[in-house]
Amino acid sequence: MKIYQKLLALAVITATSSLLFSAIVYGDDDEDQWKFRWLEQSKLDVAPVNSPLYRQECGSCHFAYQPGLLPNNSWQTIMAGLEDHFGDNAEFDAETQKIVLDYLLLNSADKSNYKRSKRIVGSLKEGKIPLSISDTLYFKHKHDEIPARYVTGNKEVGSYSRCAACHRRAESGSYNEDEVNIPGVGRWDD
Amino acid sequence: MMKKSILLVMISVLPLAQAASGNPAVDTLLDQYRAAGAASFTAEAGQHLWNKKHQHTVAPLERSCNLCHTSNLTHNGQHVKTQKRIKPMAPGINTKRLTDTRKIEKWFMRNCKWTLGRECSPQEKGDFLLYILQ
Repeated sequence: MKIYQKLLALAVITATSSLLFSAIVYGDDDEDQWKFRWLEQSKLDVAPVNSPLYRQECGSCHFAYQPGLLPNNSWQTIMAGLEDHFGDNAEFDAETQKIVLDYLLLNSADKSNYKRSKRIVGSLKEGKIPLSISDTLYFKHKHDEIPARYVTGNKEVGSYSRCAACHRRAESGSYNEDEVNIPGVGRWDD
Repeated sequence: MMKKSILLVMISVLPLAQAASGNPAVDTLLDQYRAAGAASFTAEAGQHLWNKKHQHTVAPLERSCNLCHTSNLTHNGQHVKTQKRIKPMAPGINTKRLTDTRKIEKWFMRNCKWTLGRECSPQEKGDFLLYILQ
């Protein structure tokens, strides 16, 4: 019985100290925000999109990729070439472009504390600017065991760029493997 | 003499009657297109342009508005590359359509450049609007 009480006490101490630690880590932020952020970041992989303008301008043609999926210089390069955006024209007025770029840079992978953002940044090669998320080493490593016929050869998926086709909660910033469900294939378990 | 003046009044009022489409955003744009030199617009010309194919050197080699939007404006479309669903263009089905002049011009810019390989002329844009509006 005593050993359980000790374990419980240890668990309580661990939980409390990690909460305190995160309070110190996020101490610079608004006082009322740190608790919320701690909870949110412990649950999710990348920060969800929270700009309706970004969602409208970029998300009307494709999945609204979270800014935390690419570093600063990637977003800068992508936004500078919207006239040929992966073969499509995605131009919009300069004023709106500036607001969208500011949003992307403020929330890019370099600035994020979220798990996968950090890992994406950690996988970047010196001097190389990935122009898509599927260009990053972290992404490639995470998807290297998936047969091409499940993605590029799968009519219902077609491309690695369609995150939400398989990651059913991608919209909310969650890319957990347990939530993967490949159309026509089913759950993915490696 | 009396008859002649009535006729003159009717003729001068005719273009004004034509101008009103019943949609404020469309009316504003049609006025701008006229000011830029476009003549009268027709839905038929718009429909013809909508389904007209344009050749390109990179895939998709043959592009047209209906490639993504379909030839039925009341139907959902699908982005040819990302497969994202595009809501119907017909304002009767999708009430958000043709309500914002900036949005209309933004999409004309993007989609004309991609589909036709150039910006659309004021004449073409006016014809498109009447076709989508009907």
